[in-house]
Amino acid sequence: MLAQLDATPVETPEIVWAGLLPLLILSAGALLLVMLRSVVKRLPADVEPHLITAIGPITVLGMWFAAGLAGTDVPLAGLRDDMGEPAFYIGLALVMVLAGTLVRTMEIGLDAAITVGLGLSAFAATWGIWDDRWQVTGPFNAIGDQFAVDGFALLFAGVLAASVVLVALLLDGYLRRESLDGPEMYVLMLLSAAGGIVMTGANDLIVIFLGIETLSIAVYVMAAMHNRRTESQEAGLKYFVLGAFASAFLLYGIAFTYGATGSTNLVDIQIFLSSGQLVDNGLLMAAFGLLLVGFGFKIAAAPFHAWTPDVYQGAPTPVVAFMASAVKAAGFAALLRVFMLGFFSHVDDWRPAIGALAVLTLIVGSVMAIVQSDVKRMLAYSSISHAGFILVGVHAASLAGINSVAFYAVAYTFLVIGSFGVLTVVSGVGDRATSLDDLNGMAKRRPVLAFMFTVFLLAQAGVPLTAGFVAKFEVINAAVDSEFYWLAIVAMLTAVVSAFLYLRIVLSMYLGTADGDAADLGDPIPKAAGLAIGIAFAVTVGFGILPGPLSDLASDALPALIGAG
Amino acid sequence: MTSLLASETAAVSFPVLTAMVLTPFLGALLLLVLPNNRPEYFKQVAFLVSALTAAMTAWVMVEFDKAHAATFQFVDQYEWIETLGISWALGLDGISLWLVVLTGALFPIVILAIDAEHSPKPYYAWILVLEAGCMGVFLALDLFAFFVFFEIVLVPMYFLIGQWGHGERAYAATKFFIYTMMGSALMLVGIISTAVITANTTGNDLTFGLIELAESQALGQTAARWIFLSFALAFAVKVPIFPLHTWLPDAHTNAPTAGSVILAGVMLKLGTYGFLRFGIYLFPEAAVYFAPFLVALGTIGILYGAIAATMQRDLKRLVAYSSVAHLGFIVIGTFALNTEGIEGGLLQMVNHGVSTGALFLLVGMIYERRHTREISKLGGLQKPAPMLAGVFMVVMLSSIGLPGLNGFVGEFLTLIGAFAAHRWWAVVAASGVIIAALYLLWAYQRVFHGPAEGDNATMPDLTVREGLTMVPFLVAIVFMGVYPKPVLERMEPAVDALVAHVETHVEDFDEPVADIAHHVELEDLADLGTDTHGEEDGEHG
Repeated sequence: MLAQLDATPVETPEIVWAGLLPLLILSAGALLLVMLRSVVKRLPADVEPHLITAIGPITVLGMWFAAGLAGTDVPLAGLRDDMGEPAFYIGLALVMVLAGTLVRTMEIGLDAAITVGLGLSAFAATWGIWDDRWQVTGPFNAIGDQFAVDGFALLFAGVLAASVVLVALLLDGYLRRESLDGPEMYVLMLLSAAGGIVMTGANDLIVIFLGIETLSIAVYVMAAMHNRRTESQEAGLKYFVLGAFASAFLLYGIAFTYGATGSTNLVDIQIFLSSGQLVDNGLLMAAFGLLLVGFGFKIAAAPFHAWTPDVYQGAPTPVVAFMASAVKAAGFAALLRVFMLGFFSHVDDWRPAIGALAVLTLIVGSVMAIVQSDVKRMLAYSSISHAGFILVGVHAASLAGINSVAFYAVAYTFLVIGSFGVLTVVSGVGDRATSLDDLNGMAKRRPVLAFMFTVFLLAQAGVPLTAGFVAKFEVINAAVDSEFYWLAIVAMLTAVVSAFLYLRIVLSMYLGTADGDAADLGDPIPKAAGLAIGIAFAVTVGFGILPGPLSDLASDALPALIGAG
Repeated sequence: MTSLLASETAAVSFPVLTAMVLTPFLGALLLLVLPNNRPEYFKQVAFLVSALTAAMTAWVMVEFDKAHAATFQFVDQYEWIETLGISWALGLDGISLWLVVLTGALFPIVILAIDAEHSPKPYYAWILVLEAGCMGVFLALDLFAFFVFFEIVLVPMYFLIGQWGHGERAYAATKFFIYTMMGSALMLVGIISTAVITANTTGNDLTFGLIELAESQALGQTAARWIFLSFALAFAVKVPIFPLHTWLPDAHTNAPTAGSVILAGVMLKLGTYGFLRFGIYLFPEAAVYFAPFLVALGTIGILYGAIAATMQRDLKRLVAYSSVAHLGFIVIGTFALNTEGIEGGLLQMVNHGVSTGALFLLVGMIYERRHTREISKLGGLQKPAPMLAGVFMVVMLSSIGLPGLNGFVGEFLTLIGAFAAHRWWAVVAASGVIIAALYLLWAYQRVFHGPAEGDNATMPDLTVREGLTMVPFLVAIVFMGVYPKPVLERMEPAVDALVAHVETHVEDFDEPVADIAHHVELEDLADLGTDTHGEEDGEHG
């Protein structure tokens, strides 16, 4: 391999564009959106609704195109297959009409519609790669040996795309309610998700760092976006300062890894470490520690969780939904890829650290949640305890462990977007009504929403027939399979402690009586937000009752290391 | 109705057990989509759905093949989560048959007898979900499916107590939920460990199927004992076994009447049934090992429950504590690990469901009329409400265990079984029978005898509807007391098989046989009356 490199010292890496399609759609779409909207600030009132309606059919075409492009080696072969069928055109036309009608009835804004379209197209591209390329040829490298496309990366890319779609639907009504209209939030979110996709597939620590920074910087700004709420500004600043600090740790860790192994590429690291050439591993241990600090911050693992409650409480609620779903999922994807692939030969060295993090995170997340009185803070702590649960799956360091992490990430994404989605619509102007008392009597004012929120909360508690239960089941299965019974027991016991927190919220919705000046007066829910919550609900219950398909998907989604060339 | 189902079964093998679980669940969904402007329909729909389920239960009871009561019948099995070896497996044998019948019969009565105090739609929907969950627990032959049902019943009961309860309902509902969840949290680890260790030891694929796991007995002794403990904790909370019972009086006192009836009638059996079906079947060695410990706790529960019941001022709380005592009998019968004990325990599960369910219904009727359950504020109710008093009397005597009524047969069998296995504990436990007579008769005396003053004097008697809902209870109480044979003979093969399973898999374990069984045929038990020589004979065994 080295000889080859010597012979051709300057070789541009081979790029498989199709493998990059989800990333390209999100990032190029973001740039296009911001450029277009800076040129055309305001559309004529009689044009805008028609344009928005047109986004529906265009999205359908985009999805078809993206899935077809991503699929096979011969450009447009997938599309040509479809074109042979006359019935296909009728179906396509029907779906396009339906999509147009749906967009019109959703009364959604232009930016949100475009963002949803981009997210759906990225999702379709991911699906296309999964189905027609990865299933056929196996994992492959998209850019040299820097960016891998494997089942694991694809699954997480799909999660990111899905969370973009759902959060965009939530953001639409929220931004209008808060008079914060504008494309900026959407653009930042698209860029952030693009960064997340980079993280999920990166085969090189430097590329992971690039992904993390893209993801994070966009989210820092998003957190501070509510310019009339000082809490939001504070949240943004706090997240930025602490996040930058964590990035420094991560970078240090990368540097130490380079020092210990002579490379930042996961393939080279893995080859070097498993060859047993490393005699004194002090430097490597330091690298593990520093990397864990960096990742621990992103996934909000204790003791690096301190920012979470404040930032979750202060940031705009839909942004919190994005942070808890997409940012966390991407963080776990990168963590798992680095440690399970790059450092797997030293699993006995890093596993205790993950175990300690998991236990601490579980305990802090569940116990601290009990004493809170603000629902956003409660859910912040609950998201910490979920991170602990996922860490139990990482700690198993086995195929079952990876599967459980993948399953948990998917399930939790929908759960948490649903939960924060409900909070978004009930918290009133300025996100003021987020205390437990503000939810009093919500079951009377909004029975359906209260029921859905209850299901999301019970799912987080791990009650059966929800995706949350199956996720916990898979994690415990992984822990037991690796014979870490004590960790499984700790995880389950803290889950019960967390259940207490969810029950408190349910109680206040169903038993509390509302004060006269309840901030949530039962204003109509924005239709788009209702759609997002409904989708999250359907997925939560659907995969709870029939988890088979998702379980199959998660067990296919394994990360792979492919050497260069 | 039944003949229609029967013909279908012959043709396409109708998955009746799956239908019994799904019908109430779909009924609950149906309720949710009914329009709100005709609230009177909710109760009717709920009743029809539960009656349909009851009809299927009745059909299953009739079609049940008693010659093969030890094997699982009507088995439905479908893949559920293939990657984890989980299937939707339901089946019925002599152990679960009567509990299923009890569940199927009790729910329509509860729905018919009690009106929702408010918000009828969610109320009946939750009751139906509860029925689906309870059915599922008794029918599940897959550990995953069992756990799903075992946990899911918490949610409807939580809402029933929380939304329709009285007094400290929020506290009681939360305590109920957290206690039971805490118990079952470790059972989940136990379930997964059982499956994973078995798969790793035998080299077979991962499976959560009950029969495969129980027959392979691949766990090591230590592992089996630990895992048994995790199951035992979950069941002990649910039963509840002293000292894990503290949620029960709170839950009962604050629950609405329907909640109390279902809780006592069906849900407490989820734990005792779990011990039989899962605890003993999966981990026979561990069950034998821990049996003395559980018998001791059961006996303490009998005495504690009885003494605590004597001291209650609230009639409903009194009945709740009497449940603790009654379930103690079931526990000592079960862990006698012989045919008499287990059969007695099983029978007592059904008996307790009938008599305590009926007691809670009656207490609910008194509360509805007098808006108090304080024993001191009641009195002399016999004069204004003779019917109510009469029914209460019969049900109470059944609960005490009067010969000729159902409670006697069950209690007698459990004590025989326990006497053969753990003689001195059985002797102590038998004193619980006497205390039960004391507290129930005393309570009856205070509530129904004496002069009726104030509101008590004008309390209306049972309405026709209320009277009719009590008829099935009275019939069951007398029938099972006089002629328990049809019930017992369907249990016996399954119980024998379970005891034989324990004997096969535990080296130095022989069924502690009670000599009584050789002298007295089980079906003659009803005639025993005051005859106690059988118990003395047991000493030679």
